[in-house]
Amino acid sequence: MPADLGFFALLSRDIKLAFRQKSDIINPLMFFVMVITLFPLGVSPDPNELAAIAPGIIWVAALLASMLSMENMFRSDFEDGSLERMLVSPMPGFLIAIAKVVTHFLVTGLPLVFIAPVLAYMLSLPSEAYGVMVISLLLGLPTLSLVGAIGSALTVGLKRGALLLPLLVIPFFIPVLIFGTGALQGVIMEQPVTGQLSLMAALLLFSLASAPFACSASLKISMGNG
Amino acid sequence: MTDYLSVDNLLIERDDRLLFKGLTFSVSAGKVLQLVGRNGSGKTSLIRTLLGLMPDFEGDLCWKGKPLHQERDDFFSHLLYIGHKASIKSALTATENLEWLTAAYRKVTYFEIEQALEKVGLRGYEDVECHSMSAGQNRRVALAQLYLLDLPVWILDEPFTAIDLAGVEQLEARIAEHAEQGGAILLTTHHVMNIDAVTKVNLDEFAPRGRNAS
Repeated sequence: MPADLGFFALLSRDIKLAFRQKSDIINPLMFFVMVITLFPLGVSPDPNELAAIAPGIIWVAALLASMLSMENMFRSDFEDGSLERMLVSPMPGFLIAIAKVVTHFLVTGLPLVFIAPVLAYMLSLPSEAYGVMVISLLLGLPTLSLVGAIGSALTVGLKRGALLLPLLVIPFFIPVLIFGTGALQGVIMEQPVTGQLSLMAALLLFSLASAPFACSASLKISMGNG
Repeated sequence: MTDYLSVDNLLIERDDRLLFKGLTFSVSAGKVLQLVGRNGSGKTSLIRTLLGLMPDFEGDLCWKGKPLHQERDDFFSHLLYIGHKASIKSALTATENLEWLTAAYRKVTYFEIEQALEKVGLRGYEDVECHSMSAGQNRRVALAQLYLLDLPVWILDEPFTAIDLAGVEQLEARIAEHAEQGGAILLTTHHVMNIDAVTKVNLDEFAPRGRNAS
């Protein structure tokens, strides 16, 4: 199927671009590392105090870091005409959206998951919480990429999109933040956390089923105004 | 003779300004249709409307005699569109750009890309990143698609921008060849083309009299 070929070509193109330009990989990662290293310096070096706030710090920092590169998801393609070209190709719009989301997660989300255990150690997160932290990030960050793609598609034609995007998407990020932090705190307080993780998985599945279509419709609206 | 695209009594407004009304034409096999009109007369808006990127218009658009909005998928799988922004990624090489541009239509081999680049005068540039090429060369990379994809309908927005005289001649020859083989071409340019099959549509003739008095 040519449409599938188009999908994989787009995916490999975007990953190649990310590795050549590097800013979408490095900026969120640097931001994540910097925010988290500053907390022990700013709050208190006491391990007990840090461990109590560690879940919140990790999740808030991960959420903001993942939002750093969200604005660029469609921006450069909009500016050089590539987006227009993709929309008039035989490839359906939702496949364009999925390719963009997968790239965003691989380029921005996954590096955060890899570095998180190191930073969690710095925040004295109890070692039994590491597994849950990685799982919750793996469930939560793709959800953020999916929801963010809708916001990014809606604001791509606007000059001040960078300001509007966080306002649009942060309210939808809050459930992910609450359940992500809740799961980590649950582990620390030795409570079962399957509930929180299941809800995060449900959020992921729901946004996976709906966001690509919403994103494709948003792209068409943005093109119509441009 | 097949009519691929037909436009009947089309009216387009942009930002509360009437661009043109009563526009009627068709793009048929073996013909080159050249849209002319002064700057701001709505050439690009017309193309974007045909592509479904601008939802506000009045009039009928048809693809092979059926309403265009129902036949969008069939239309897009027979259409090669090169916009006035060439959709070339500057961080990618010429080959990488052509790979993704053509991927949704068919699988092209490196050898085919090499040949197409040679035809547009970019031999030896296969693995050069596009940011180190000139504007004209970037345009030529985009135009290499004309040799790679076998699609009947071409919509080209300002294809002659930034290319040199030899390139213009070559592009004209390719357009004439495509028309002879039964293809249909809709393009916008201010350039006077040396092709027999050209029909001109002047958008200024459909513009309201007195620009602001619409």
